[in-house]
Amino acid sequence: MHAELIRVRGLVQGVGFRPTVWRLAQTHALVGEVLNDGEGVLIRAQPAAGGDASALDAFCDALRAECPPLARIDAIERSALDSPLSTGSFIIRASDASEVHTGIVPDAATCPDCAAEIRDPANRRYHYPFTNCTHCGPRLTIVKGIPYDRAKTSMAVFPMCPRCAAEYANPADRRFHAQPNACGDCGPSVWLVDSKGERLDPAGLGDPDAVATASRLLREGRILAVKGIGGFHLACDATNAASVAELRRRKRRFGKPFALMARDLGVIRAYCHVGADEAALLQSSAAPILLLDQARSSQAAPLAPDIAPGQRALGFMLPYSPLHHLLLQDWDKPLVMTSGNLSEEPQCIDNADAADRLGRLADLTLLHDREIVNRVDDSVVRRMAGAPRLLRRARGYAPAPILLPPGFEHSPPILALGGELKSAFCLLSDGQAMLSQHLGDLENARTARELEVTLDLYLELFQQAPERIAVDLHPDYRSTLLGRERAARNGLPLESVQHHHAHLASTLADNGWAMDAGPVLGIILDGLGFGPDGKIWGGDLLIGDYLDFERVAHLKPVAMPGGTKAILEPWRNLFAQLEAAGGWEVLHERHPSIESLRRLGDRPLEVLGQMMARGVNAPLSSSAGRLFDAAAAALGIGGDSITYEGQAAIELEALAAEAMDPGLEGYPLTATKQASGVVIDPASLWSQLLADLERGVPKTLVAAHFHAGLARALTTLAIELAEAHALGRIALSGGVFQNRILLESVQAQLTAAGLEVLLQRQVPPNDGGLSLGQACIAAARAIRAG
Amino acid sequence: MSHGSGGRAMAQLIAELFHRHLDNALLAQGNDQALFSPPPGRMVMSTDGHVISPLFFPGGDIGSLAVHGTLNDVAMAGARPLYLAAAFILEEGFPLADLARIVASMASAANQACVPVVTGDTKVVERGKGDGVFITTTGVGVVPEGIHISGDLARPGDAILVSGHIGDHGVAILSKRENLGFETEIRSDSAALHGLVADMVTAVPEIHCLRDPTRGGLATTLNEIAHQSGVGMQIREEAIPVRPEVTAACELLGLDPLYVANEGKLIAICPGERAEDLLTAMRMHPRGEDAAIIGAVVEDELRFVQMETRFGGSRIVDWLAGEQLPRIC
Ligand SMILES: [Fe+3]
Ligand SMILES: [Mg+2]
Ligand SMILES: [Zn+2]
Ligand SMILES: [Zn+2]
Repeated sequence: MHAELIRVRGLVQGVGFRPTVWRLAQTHALVGEVLNDGEGVLIRAQPAAGGDASALDAFCDALRAECPPLARIDAIERSALDSPLSTGSFIIRASDASEVHTGIVPDAATCPDCAAEIRDPANRRYHYPFTNCTHCGPRLTIVKGIPYDRAKTSMAVFPMCPRCAAEYANPADRRFHAQPNACGDCGPSVWLVDSKGERLDPAGLGDPDAVATASRLLREGRILAVKGIGGFHLACDATNAASVAELRRRKRRFGKPFALMARDLGVIRAYCHVGADEAALLQSSAAPILLLDQARSSQAAPLAPDIAPGQRALGFMLPYSPLHHLLLQDWDKPLVMTSGNLSEEPQCIDNADAADRLGRLADLTLLHDREIVNRVDDSVVRRMAGAPRLLRRARGYAPAPILLPPGFEHSPPILALGGELKSAFCLLSDGQAMLSQHLGDLENARTARELEVTLDLYLELFQQAPERIAVDLHPDYRSTLLGRERAARNGLPLESVQHHHAHLASTLADNGWAMDAGPVLGIILDGLGFGPDGKIWGGDLLIGDYLDFERVAHLKPVAMPGGTKAILEPWRNLFAQLEAAGGWEVLHERHPSIESLRRLGDRPLEVLGQMMARGVNAPLSSSAGRLFDAAAAALGIGGDSITYEGQAAIELEALAAEAMDPGLEGYPLTATKQASGVVIDPASLWSQLLADLERGVPKTLVAAHFHAGLARALTTLAIELAEAHALGRIALSGGVFQNRILLESVQAQLTAAGLEVLLQRQVPPNDGGLSLGQACIAAARAIRAG
Repeated sequence: MSHGSGGRAMAQLIAELFHRHLDNALLAQGNDQALFSPPPGRMVMSTDGHVISPLFFPGGDIGSLAVHGTLNDVAMAGARPLYLAAAFILEEGFPLADLARIVASMASAANQACVPVVTGDTKVVERGKGDGVFITTTGVGVVPEGIHISGDLARPGDAILVSGHIGDHGVAILSKRENLGFETEIRSDSAALHGLVADMVTAVPEIHCLRDPTRGGLATTLNEIAHQSGVGMQIREEAIPVRPEVTAACELLGLDPLYVANEGKLIAICPGERAEDLLTAMRMHPRGEDAAIIGAVVEDELRFVQMETRFGGSRIVDWLAGEQLPRIC
């Protein structure tokens, strides 16, 4: 009888894979065994006595077709065994505790089966907020080490009751080896405390349980902190203007949009357009926050005005834990569901910390006793250029490995540390890249500490021992310092990678671009990236591959008077751009009726001018982000100072969206060949933009012309360069490409010119995807060096 | 004006200038060295090259700065400074009137500090090979019995104090040099601190660390100590004294006052339970009137200096490689 060894690679551990194998083996009349090992899942199988040899083929096909929801098969490798198996049955063999487990998968939203159980009064898990199975539930957020079994998770303190234990042990059960399996008899529980930490008694308040009390008090306008899967949220009624304003005041979050959670798609549809793809994404096991365009007219209860000031999009998500389902079950309006923290801080994950930090922010806190081991924020996705694009990669996505294109399987293991904001590190080995969840701003002490802890955890979970460390070229990024320290401590070589080269490589890897497939042209538009010339880059056209790059064109460098202050205060960039485009004095005099210029005239421009003339904290920068800031400031956006990263550009995009039309000519920019490459000068853009404002052209149209002109200039130049260098593919990356109008305009024009456009998909185009590029570059260089 | 091609005439003039202004018994002996008997106890010695543009600034000049800088470096060991030495490198053609002003200012600073300049040297370099004038000063001092002060002695539980408003010097210099127009309000804090230090070590001999946050400012100095001592630091933004005009200037310039240089301030680290006594002693002294407790030393493997912001957030006060280069996107 023909027996085979079948190796399955991919995300196949801890996701109910072996029970699926077991079930399919029964269906296809196979005998043999299945087990987890260091490389994935290993199957030894042969058709049962009298069976057909083709049963093995059918079995493998079925395995692909019926792959469990959280599993991902990367490869099925089959080889014949020398001798037949001497068994009459098919068994799941227990994993040896000493084996390496690679089975840490992303946290998954409550599956439909579990969601149905908690709504079924006859089910023993009716209203139980910690219901889960192998197809859903917490993973990364509860894991402390390997092997991934209950003892190494925060479920260790909850011994399973006999009924749960029986489910856990039964291969035919949906909860077979579901590590966080629990029920009301044995698992975690939830309770409610007031702002002083005093426990509230739901029965005494006339409610069936704590969740019901919380829901009722939310309805009364209170602000609730909720401990969820990867951290605490702050919630309030999104239609209650007073509650939303109070939440902003307490959180000190003044402009940044709030995310919303709605019970079901129906509620979301009352406010936003939801396409089929978008619905699927909202309902996926990742259950991200999805940015959706607001419907123009809506019959629904109006949202509070400052949910998303200055924006057209709303960020919606569906309940992704049983607790959320229960909390929202009576809500036909959305809840604000924003991270539980003071603005700029990472969200709380710990009960004591919550009492300390959230006590002042929330009227009530819904707590539970399942420890959150790892903070994992909500992921953010926006549909752009025909596909969902990650803007923040965290819950539901991390730490699923990203399969790398051919060439990387020979790389030594590498650690890359990413950027400064939107920090996420990357571990590369065996042709895969493990990108950590979004960690956040490393200037924040808590986040910087978390990076160290999370990195150590990943090294253990994935049994990694990096042999090289890659960091950004910026000498002062905390990630750079940390990488340098680690490299020195462990005697490892350190690779410094230019920021925009990393963005380019990240896009290549994201698109399966083989290591030796040659160079592409990259348009990298960003806020800031330290250049090898010691200057600040940010609007660059590069020709490069994983190894090297050449900067062939860039935006004209313009001063950032005040350095970091110029990033926070868009009006500084308007002044600097106007100085560079013909001189502030001249332009100011020529356009006496432009409100934004009049207001700019009242600023201390003399000192700024002197700083620029003398080079005092006014570094030159080719940043595309600063050009957007300046244009936004010209349209009166940004005031004295922005309140969150990218605000001015985001509001400018929202204005442009009102008037955008693919036929728009746009304001011109000129491209001139210079020693440093082609320089794109926006001077002509400014003269037309100001002339339009002077004539009273609507701001929406001015914003649209700005976008159209920039897109046109970039694509015209890119097409020329691609032709001159015989390149057929163009990669787009950098944080500025989170701008949908710009991304879609550039993409459409390049595609129309017959060029293939590579966009980011699995990782964000912003600095959240940086470490992937750094790791790939370090890998390519390590391989070249032999 | 010229006094000969780097020649004898100029050296002669300069020698006279020095003797006139810096007159003291040891210098008057006219030797190439100063001879004195060491006092009992441990001695400290420090040297510093002074290069500054502009040479004259609100609140001082390179002459006074060269005295204060070295006196302070000696004093930061808890020592009483005894003698100074000075070496000048002059660019040919440097205006003699300016030199006279600088030497006079140096003399007045030394006199006020009661620490004489007992030996010195002058070289003249060709035009274009120097930047006006460079001054190197060296100081020696003696550390009182029982005082052990060093950058590696900070311990968790210690308090961190600063002797007054920070950022004045750097902003005054920058403003004057680049003609930014803040100098009318903001003067350099350049001052000798050994008098203050003497009072401090008398009141609290258990002081662990003293350092003057000169180049790189408070932030850099705290990071240096954190690394030397293998500890973390937790400071509070609200507690750090900064003059409103310095805050305003920094806001406009986009500078963080924590990284701006000081020339008349010190940071002291002492056991937490002695912090109030030390603060009282500091505030009694004119150079420490605005002293404040700004934070505490904590245990931290990562040696972070972190600051609780005005709004209750917590940010890392980094150790920067160079200028305050923007980092955020
Ligand atoms: Fe970037
Ligand atoms: Mg010194
Ligand atoms: Zn489930
Ligand atoms: Zn149970």
